[in-house]
Amino acid sequence: MSELVSTPDRELRDNDLDHSELSARLIGLWHTPSGWLGRLATVDHKVVGKRYILTAFAFLALGGILAVLMRLQLSGAERKLLSPDLYNQVFTMHGSTMMFLFAVPVMKAFAVYFVPLMVGTRNIAFPRLNAFSYWIFLFGGCFLWGSFLFNAGPDIGWFAYVPLSSLQFNPSKRADVWAQMITFTEVAALAVAVEIVVTVFKQRAVGMTLDRIPIYVWAMLVTAFLVLFAMPSVMIASTTLILDRLVNTHFYDTASGGNVLLWQHLFWFFGHPEVYIIFIPATGMVSMLVATFARRPVVGYTVIVLSLIATGFLSFGLWVHHMFATGLPQLGASMFTASSMLIAVPSGLQIFCWLATLWDGRPVYRTPLLFVLGFIAIFVLGGLSGVMVASVPIDMQVHDTYFVVAHFHYVLIGGAVFPLIGALYYWFPKITGRMLSERLGRWNFWLAFIGFNIGFFPMHILGLMGMPRRVYTYTPEMGWDHLNLLSSTGGVVFATSFVLLIFNVIHSLRRGELAGDNPWDASTLEWATSSPPPPYNFSRIPVVTHRDPLWADAGNLPVVAGLSVERREVLLSSVADAEPHTRESSPEPSIWPLLTAIATTIFFIGSIFTPWAVVWGTPPIAAALIGWFWPSGTKEDEE
Amino acid sequence: MRQTIVRSVNDLPTYGFGSQSGPWWGAMAFIALEGMGFAVAIAAYLYLYAVNPKWPISSAPPDLWPGTLETAIFLLSVIPNELTNRVAHRLDLRGVRIGLIVMSVIGVGLLVVRGFSFAHLNTRWDLDAYGSVVWFVLGLHTTHLATDVVDTIVLTILMFTRHATARRFSDVTDNAFYWNFVVIAWLPLYLLLDWIPRL
Repeated sequence: MSELVSTPDRELRDNDLDHSELSARLIGLWHTPSGWLGRLATVDHKVVGKRYILTAFAFLALGGILAVLMRLQLSGAERKLLSPDLYNQVFTMHGSTMMFLFAVPVMKAFAVYFVPLMVGTRNIAFPRLNAFSYWIFLFGGCFLWGSFLFNAGPDIGWFAYVPLSSLQFNPSKRADVWAQMITFTEVAALAVAVEIVVTVFKQRAVGMTLDRIPIYVWAMLVTAFLVLFAMPSVMIASTTLILDRLVNTHFYDTASGGNVLLWQHLFWFFGHPEVYIIFIPATGMVSMLVATFARRPVVGYTVIVLSLIATGFLSFGLWVHHMFATGLPQLGASMFTASSMLIAVPSGLQIFCWLATLWDGRPVYRTPLLFVLGFIAIFVLGGLSGVMVASVPIDMQVHDTYFVVAHFHYVLIGGAVFPLIGALYYWFPKITGRMLSERLGRWNFWLAFIGFNIGFFPMHILGLMGMPRRVYTYTPEMGWDHLNLLSSTGGVVFATSFVLLIFNVIHSLRRGELAGDNPWDASTLEWATSSPPPPYNFSRIPVVTHRDPLWADAGNLPVVAGLSVERREVLLSSVADAEPHTRESSPEPSIWPLLTAIATTIFFIGSIFTPWAVVWGTPPIAAALIGWFWPSGTKEDEE
Repeated sequence: MRQTIVRSVNDLPTYGFGSQSGPWWGAMAFIALEGMGFAVAIAAYLYLYAVNPKWPISSAPPDLWPGTLETAIFLLSVIPNELTNRVAHRLDLRGVRIGLIVMSVIGVGLLVVRGFSFAHLNTRWDLDAYGSVVWFVLGLHTTHLATDVVDTIVLTILMFTRHATARRFSDVTDNAFYWNFVVIAWLPLYLLLDWIPRL
């Protein structure tokens, strides 16, 4: 046991003040300063979270536009909307944008906003790292899209297989752009993962023991661990690829002892957990939504949490099923078939828990629940085609066909985007203080559900008919026209549902019904504060005595007193029992994370053009980091 | 929502050591992800080792002395590191200053020896896949080492300023904790780089 030292008790505490004085004091301490410098320097997890969410949705829109372009190109045989070269860039940009700039970041973004609120703390752990993470994500995304606008967009597919991505077959900068975009986004994701782990472990409200943690928070904790253990692999992959291209190393050069399958191993060791990095947060959202709209606690809390953890572990044992077509030893193939089927078990358990909750509850069919039901239908279909392709003989037949395209869009859009949009309807009132329109929401859902299925179901059949992925066109004799036209029509309907969503958001921001603190009568702590939450989240840190705190004691929130009102302070508690043990300062705003991100960006982009960027690019980063960590003499620093 | 105060945290301290501090858990998370990075790099090395009939492919194994010297220094550095950790727990500013200076000097010394390690790898990164992967693995650990050394030097300077308040002692213990990871991470790399090519 470490020794602890208490400081003399001279400062003003929250129990010295009445409620209005306390709020005024806390706003003074925690608010984001006005002016552009203040905004750039903010470390408020809600401000950063909102930026993260908006940016990720902007990339969704960009990736979606590319999808529509591809569907227009493929809507009939031998169309000439996109040239073959541009088509290669477009599908690569679509996949890379959706995976690295939308799906993973948007899930992190919601966590950045909601995990601190749901565990009842005032800011995320390492808030400056959080600000840095956002800037790096933004700069990385802009770098990728800026390159695309200058005809240097990657054209090697979202998994950039060697030797196609090697210097020999890709002599331009396109593959370097892809590799460095990976580095940007993985740095951003790793940073958020560290913050989430520490926030959940150490900053939970008093009494929020392990079995009282909201399931969404559990899901984000598991996801954070997946990020910690999966992302290093792709960073090593992208770094070695860029080294091969820039300084003539031979990792993937067969003639000099390198090996192309090494790339696939490194990529998919990340790439398969990546699917769960996107899917597990979505299941966490579903658990929250199901409980709220079924009007009862979710059935099988322990089963769901253990399923999440089991999914996390199992997700690291599946990567080779992406490589069945590479001629693996039969024993290896069989093992990975078995593990791929095994992971359906915890996902299935969760689905049964949700169905049981809805069965036993009194479901209120509002828009968020509609999206959950849509998720269950679509995801189950995607899961079933997943079990099909887990089997080597089927996989060999449909590998690299539209069957696989259909499968992973059912899993990713059904499994992640539907819950995400449901969660957006659910949490929008908390973020903005206003409800999204229910009527537009229903239109949004039905257009999305119908459009999605018309758009993607025919791809299963096209795949079985032999249509390969990533072809920019096909000849009329193939007989794929009608199904492709149907698919494109569905795609346009699906895209329209997002236009409607954007309209709903803009409309409701101004005219939406006022939400109040807890418009859905939900049970978790984010609803115990105002909508939108004040800069300090909670005027006093809650005490949790029940898994569904707001249902346990309606209208009354037990809280702790005794925190400082002279400096930003968060309460740290023990990992398992959430017993408070330290009042730790939380960093104040700083411009250094932005400056560090700029220096890092110069380093990353410069190194594409000259290896010397590693030499001259390092001192500015080091200087910015020292500026970041050097105490500025504030109370937060000196305590 | 009505609030009922049920508990006071008036008496809690404003910082803690080890698992009672936020930064310690942050260091743990970074150790996890960096450890994973090393594990993947080792796996990549072993993969290339397994698929190539001859290893090293077309050069001699590294000379043993720089890596062995480093390993000895790393292992011995655990002692002053632990002493620094202990004086920091006692809030002994003078002891911490001395300990941090010693650790900074050791870190810089290791970086110098690391230069010799590169020079005695007996291969180049662009010679063949063996050369690429040994330069990569050693480069990865050098980045890791250099970062920690710079961090230690900055912390040393900090402890000579007015900012050397009580909470900084907790930072010193976290720094010491992290150094142990730098040492532990090196040991398998030493075996990998210097001994696998001799099998």
